[in-house]
Amino acid sequence: MLLLSEEIGRGIREHGARGYPNEACGAMLGVDREENREVRALFPLINRRDDSPRNRFSVTAEDVRGAERAAAQQGLELIGWYHSHPDHPARPSDFDRDQAWPWYSYVIVSVAAGEPRDLTSWRLADDRSQFLPEEIAARAGAPPAK
Amino acid sequence: MAIKLEIPTALRPFTGKQASVESDAATVGEALRRLTATYADLHKHLYTDDGRIRSFVNIYVNDEDIRYLEKENTPIKDGDTISIVPSIAGGRRR
Repeated sequence: MLLLSEEIGRGIREHGARGYPNEACGAMLGVDREENREVRALFPLINRRDDSPRNRFSVTAEDVRGAERAAAQQGLELIGWYHSHPDHPARPSDFDRDQAWPWYSYVIVSVAAGEPRDLTSWRLADDRSQFLPEEIAARAGAPPAK
Repeated sequence: MAIKLEIPTALRPFTGKQASVESDAATVGEALRRLTATYADLHKHLYTDDGRIRSFVNIYVNDEDIRYLEKENTPIKDGDTISIVPSIAGGRRR
């Protein structure tokens, strides 16, 4: 289960809307526990796929290292990634699955005509065969993201 | 001879939660092959079905990307650190 405060959820939706009609992306920093994981802060990133930014996103290894450093500085872990699907449902594509890493949470927000809509979270199955839906729960009273 | 392989968080569930693993391999390719022989479930996350390193798997030797060295034939020596660093990609279908 992925715990998201209202503020974090809003941050992801607003980034998706700002990036429209391109895909927006970023890292999620938080705490991973046996029973759940909690997003405490977002680390918005630049979509590096400038050749086809409307249907693809890319985060370089250097950006990943930057997100890991940002997490460590806040006493958090890099627990996943979010990206937007402009004018497309918030479901992972085959391309998303082909490119995915295990363990991370992958949050997708659909943005229809510039308006953010559904927000879903997914985890890659250990055998890479499919993305499994990850339940999102509201985290009431979470400390504000820095 | 001992080198260190740093395992990214996302792959630690497949290495018994170890953040790093020691190896005495002579090349990057050999170190990765030994790693995936020991931890077989790692293999599909690092390699494609035809045995190539996946495009979003980046391998560094002491902070130098092996794509700019000798790729999997890059020699390694005592004290070197090999890091596996993710890059992230995705996107909706066309």
